[in-house]
Amino acid sequence: MAMEMRLPVARKPLSERLGRDTKKHLVVPGDTITTDTGFMRGHGTYMGEEKLIASVAGSVERVNKLICVKALKTRYIGEVGDIVVGRITEVQQKRWKVETNSRLDSVLLLSSMNLPGGELRRRSAEDELAMRGFLQEGDLISVQAVFSDGAVSLHTRSLKYGKLGQGVLVQVSPSLVKRQKTHFHDLPCGASVILGNNGFIWIYPTPEHKEEEAGGFIANLEPVSLADREVISRLRNCIISLVTQRMMLYDTSILYCYEASLPHQIKDILKPEIMEEIVMETRQRLLEQEG
Amino acid sequence: MAGLELLSDQGYRVDGRRAGELRKIQARMGVFAQADGSAYIEQGNTKALAVVYGPHEASGRAGWGIVWPWELRGSRAERWLGDLRGNGRRASVYTADAQHRISLGVNIRGSRARALPDRALVNCQYSSATFSTGERKRRPHGDRKSCEMGLQLRQTFEAAILTQLHPRSQIDIYVQVLQADGGTYAACVNAATLAVLDAGIPMRDFVCACSAGFVDGTALADLSHVEEAAGGPQLALALLPASGQIALLEMDARLHEDHLERVLEAAAQAARDVHTLLDRVVRQHVREASILLGD
Repeated sequence: MAMEMRLPVARKPLSERLGRDTKKHLVVPGDTITTDTGFMRGHGTYMGEEKLIASVAGSVERVNKLICVKALKTRYIGEVGDIVVGRITEVQQKRWKVETNSRLDSVLLLSSMNLPGGELRRRSAEDELAMRGFLQEGDLISVQAVFSDGAVSLHTRSLKYGKLGQGVLVQVSPSLVKRQKTHFHDLPCGASVILGNNGFIWIYPTPEHKEEEAGGFIANLEPVSLADREVISRLRNCIISLVTQRMMLYDTSILYCYEASLPHQIKDILKPEIMEEIVMETRQRLLEQEG
Repeated sequence: MAGLELLSDQGYRVDGRRAGELRKIQARMGVFAQADGSAYIEQGNTKALAVVYGPHEASGRAGWGIVWPWELRGSRAERWLGDLRGNGRRASVYTADAQHRISLGVNIRGSRARALPDRALVNCQYSSATFSTGERKRRPHGDRKSCEMGLQLRQTFEAAILTQLHPRSQIDIYVQVLQADGGTYAACVNAATLAVLDAGIPMRDFVCACSAGFVDGTALADLSHVEEAAGGPQLALALLPASGQIALLEMDARLHEDHLERVLEAAAQAARDVHTLLDRVVRQHVREASILLGD
């Protein structure tokens, strides 16, 4: 049996190796941002004694007259139109409570949920009783978010959304998921990925045929082939290494990272040195692609 | 104790410090990737670890919220989990495989009776590792000292966190002392401040804490275990540095009121010095993350 030993080594922070500095105005709580009263205060600030004071540690963003401080990492703050992946925590009367890594549990109303077969009809009392048959505690779903009073309200109006079958869930910070036009990606390496805006990322094997099924209610429990499973594991490790090195997640960065990791074994990707190497390569490729 | 001179004639303490000098402080943020916020601090030989979850949905009785990884191996954790499940509470242990929250939390979802409609609930738990003191001592979870510390931490942080911004949710702060060499309350508060900042929870200001004592007419700042055990008066102060407001002031000893002013001033100055250091740590952390994320 091969054994590996590693000794603790002080590693230089990565930002030094990148050799660049940030142009943003960074603040910590208690810092005065400005004493000018003409500004409106946004998130991350509060008014104290005629001064605008920061309440989180992050960078100051100024849009015309609005000043806000964007924290480094926060829980998910819902916005209308976001795609999120969530886990059912409770089944209540006429609605489900979904955990989406936000400050309160999100709500999925029965009326916002697709019925099997995609039928459009008024939800009856029988539907209410059969709620547990559709989604139970612990199920994962992908939904679209509609922001309301403080708790995010979810709905699955199209058949694209619904219960998720077999796959791997990766939980990252919401601030690392880049906003794009579409969050459902079929990667050429052989797996598909859903990048939820709330930081929950779902990796699953690409279904062979895109059937117009009942919003994914029938769980596909066929065994997944070894090759597919290897691709999914490798993708998951790549995402973890991107997150550890604080890189934004989107389909191109994940794909480049996957390709950079191919020479290594799947389990080696999680070692710090190899992680840095792979992410450096990804960064370079992304820079070349832009410039 | 005969022969132990807490303050020498030249003004040096037992460990060679001056009266108002702090011990060496080293701190790091973001040590646990799984938690919303985490921090580790070393003040001399006192080491404390703080973990913050939240804001999240308010759950039921969260007094037993957390099992630290080095405690999981004992049968105590299993017995405790069995008890919870036997009482009909829905409890789940997050493990590395299931939800990436590596053995760090036992989340109890129960009644929402504790949620406050207009602000967030701050729930603090203090625990001291069995290996933290000179003699290995098993501390049960609900014992008096932990509860009292938890309550004090809660008072401190309710004063500093802007709870109005997160109604009906709950913020959990868990602090663990890994090595106790005096000034444990101060180390806990400092670690928890960094952890709360790491989690992105809005706070009025830093909360910086330090202990102080009084020996031979001189106020000493940042007491070590030897100085605390000598039996003199000890004061613990938690301060919001920018405004100078006091979040918590605690003393349980006899001190003449003429001396109180001096001891308080020594503690306040020490807390401000701690703030300088913590400020530097946070700025460094934010700067590094900002560089990595790119513009």
